Amino acid sequence: MSVIYILLAVSVFVGVTFFVIFIMAVRSGQYDDDYTPSVRMLFEDELVKEKNSISKQTKTD
Amino acid sequence: MENNSCFHCGDDCGNHPITFQDKSFCCNGCKTVFEIFNENDLTCYYDLENSPGSIPKEIEGKYDFLSQENIIEKLTEFRSDSIEIATLYIPHIHCSSCIWILENLNKLNPHISDSQVNFGKKTVRVTYNLETTNLKSVVLLLSSIGYEPYISLDDFKSGKQQINRTLIYKLGVAAFGFGNIMFLSFPEYFEVNEYWLEQYKPLFRWLMFALSLPIVFYSSQDYFISAFKGLKAKILNIDVPIALGISVLFIRSTIEIIFDFGSGFFDSLAGLVFFLLVGKFFQKKTYDFLSFERDYKSYFPIAITKINKEGYEETIQVYDIEKGDRILIRNEELIPVDGILINGKAQIDYSFVTGESQKVSKQSGDKLFAGGKQTNGVIELEALKSVEQSYLTQLWSNDVFSKNKEDGFTSITNTISKHFTITILSVAIVATIFWLFVDSNKAMNVFTAVLIIACPCAIALSAPFTFGNLLRIFGKLKFYVKNASVLEQLAQINTIIFDKTGTITSNKQSNAEYEGDVLSDSENLVLKNSLRGSNHPLSRTLYNVLQENNIITLDAFEEHIGKGIEAKHNTINMKIGSANFVGNTKETSVLNTTVHISSNNIYKGKYTFYNSYRKGVSKLFNQLKQQFDLVILSGDNEGERENLKKLLPAKTKLIFNQKPEDKLEFIKYHQSEGAKVLMIGDGLNDAGALAQSDVGIAISEDVNVFSPACDGILDASKFNQLYQFIQASRSAIKIIKWSFVLSFIYNIIGLYFAVTGQLEPVVAAILMPLSSISIVIFTTIATNILGRKLE
Repeated sequence: MSVIYILLAVSVFVGVTFFVIFIMAVRSGQYDDDYTPSVRMLFEDELVKEKNSISKQTKTD
Repeated sequence: MENNSCFHCGDDCGNHPITFQDKSFCCNGCKTVFEIFNENDLTCYYDLENSPGSIPKEIEGKYDFLSQENIIEKLTEFRSDSIEIATLYIPHIHCSSCIWILENLNKLNPHISDSQVNFGKKTVRVTYNLETTNLKSVVLLLSSIGYEPYISLDDFKSGKQQINRTLIYKLGVAAFGFGNIMFLSFPEYFEVNEYWLEQYKPLFRWLMFALSLPIVFYSSQDYFISAFKGLKAKILNIDVPIALGISVLFIRSTIEIIFDFGSGFFDSLAGLVFFLLVGKFFQKKTYDFLSFERDYKSYFPIAITKINKEGYEETIQVYDIEKGDRILIRNEELIPVDGILINGKAQIDYSFVTGESQKVSKQSGDKLFAGGKQTNGVIELEALKSVEQSYLTQLWSNDVFSKNKEDGFTSITNTISKHFTITILSVAIVATIFWLFVDSNKAMNVFTAVLIIACPCAIALSAPFTFGNLLRIFGKLKFYVKNASVLEQLAQINTIIFDKTGTITSNKQSNAEYEGDVLSDSENLVLKNSLRGSNHPLSRTLYNVLQENNIITLDAFEEHIGKGIEAKHNTINMKIGSANFVGNTKETSVLNTTVHISSNNIYKGKYTFYNSYRKGVSKLFNQLKQQFDLVILSGDNEGERENLKKLLPAKTKLIFNQKPEDKLEFIKYHQSEGAKVLMIGDGLNDAGALAQSDVGIAISEDVNVFSPACDGILDASKFNQLYQFIQASRSAIKIIKWSFVLSFIYNIIGLYFAVTGQLEPVVAAILMPLSSISIVIFTTIATNILGRKLE
């Protein structure tokens, strides 16, 4: 047996893994809304109660 | 920020702002919302954006229908004993503050466990505990903080919508196969006769075969289906040569690896399908926040308050309204059926229906048509018809609404594909016959090679990328087009039909001109001050038109409903109102809306209201008149005829007194005479005409507010650029034709290799993606140049 079988198996496995992850991501609805999460991410700080100092910095336009 | 704008909503606070915690508010509603947020540590709302809020509306009793079991069931997407999930559409969502506050709803109501905003669709998905709260209180909470959900009859019908993600899956499968096949076929491109490369060749080839299976049988499914449908209808659409190419590629490659003739064309096959699907994906630009399919159902409420025989109020579904039912319409509610006004002062805003923003006053006994919105307190009416039989809603029983516009339309790609397919097949046959005589072993090889290399990937990509890119450019310029085929039809237009009210006139202002004896200063003063005290819509409009004057206290003021106002100040006794009321019996012209004035019983003159036309209407029509037949098709009377004649080029046809069905028939008639019609309208009364026309564009002052079903929505501020938009779509057709030329050049090079029998897999693998990519680059650059010209 040659090492190439292992290499091929590994490469196909990696490919299939990413493909499955992609399908799962689409299925969970990640691609349905591509704007809101980008804004939501910035709110992490504001959710804390002592927020005044942080929120001033993130003030947008 | 000026001190005088409201801290919550940004509106002008006027002279008497309400001050609270050093912040000024325009009204108590805004102040209350601020107080709610302040108490709950949510003032961060105001830090993210300046004045993000909106004034909470009066909603008392409006959402009583939300306690009805069958309505809740339709509106929620998940229900169990303890948990309920509902997705609500909130038009006000517009900034990051909105997202923040709506996702912190649980601070305001601890029984809401989760709320998630979809900014693009302007929806919030709320999960709440059913044992301690309910849908109605969630909706009331949202309304109280200025985020009133919009619940219409449409939500009731549609049920749960499934998002169609098949294209992404197909693209993913194709991309996965394409990448891996390229990777596996790479060693053979160099044809090095190395020992272990030779040894593993079959394994590599069969792996490629395996990877190509899902591409052929899953990803390219649509092409086979469409080609089959085309052939059945005896049309050689673009998918016929594509499907032919894919099957020949697959079959020949399989035979090659079975008999060990060569490595096959799996790489080209995967690349072809991948590029085609990318094109398809690119063309599908969707505007989540817009809907092009609206009918009256999106405007109408789900439920309405009925007064039953015993005099009690009860909530019923609109579809259950029967003739003779007594219905209660609250302030800001829509009238769902034709009826007779029984009680209350009706001031109906028909702007949904006609585009006319002037409110209409009605007395009890008057007939009210469905689609109007009550704007002044509570009224009671008696239904004359059911919802579906009302004057407005009847329009939707016309066949046009069930017809698909794209069906009868041959796109530029399919036109060219007919000639292309026939040419390629003839080239293939001639070449095969030639080789049969010269070297019969190569004949089959050449036949398949021609079909493979001529697979019109580049042609199939030209239109999607050009139109897809143009759709995005138009979208940035506030012209939202439904799909690519609309742009193509727009380029072929030769007749443009405009609605008048709301389309070429502006909703926001109207003009009033005075005719008659000049009023003295003191008379003007009394006039302005008496109008100030009146709530009649005409008084409000006239008040806004007149110059500022001092505020004085009138000695006497009386409003005669349906007639006019009588006011007294010092020596002046003024009457303002209808011709009869002020004592002018000679009045003849009744076409325009007029307000008459008399002072001390002497007739002075009248104010006539004229439509105020949008800026640039005249210029736009002059640009358009060179190439198009222009028609104004109005539902109004002829009062504006003279005005329009002055404003518009002489050859513009002016047609008045058109009912919604008349507009539809007018367009149908002209289409039968060969006209390609672009209809531009705005109200629900244009819905039939918009559906019948080749391209129907709705003009909208605010794209978030509703517009009727159409092919495109144009922001009112961009109305004067209509000519440029049409020109741009015409140029797009030129770009597509040029890219056809480009792809023919590639095809001729490829055919040379194919016909001479020298088509190696590596040539195909280079040539096919190269042609596709250069088409993509060419169309993208060309449309971007086009877009820059537009700005």
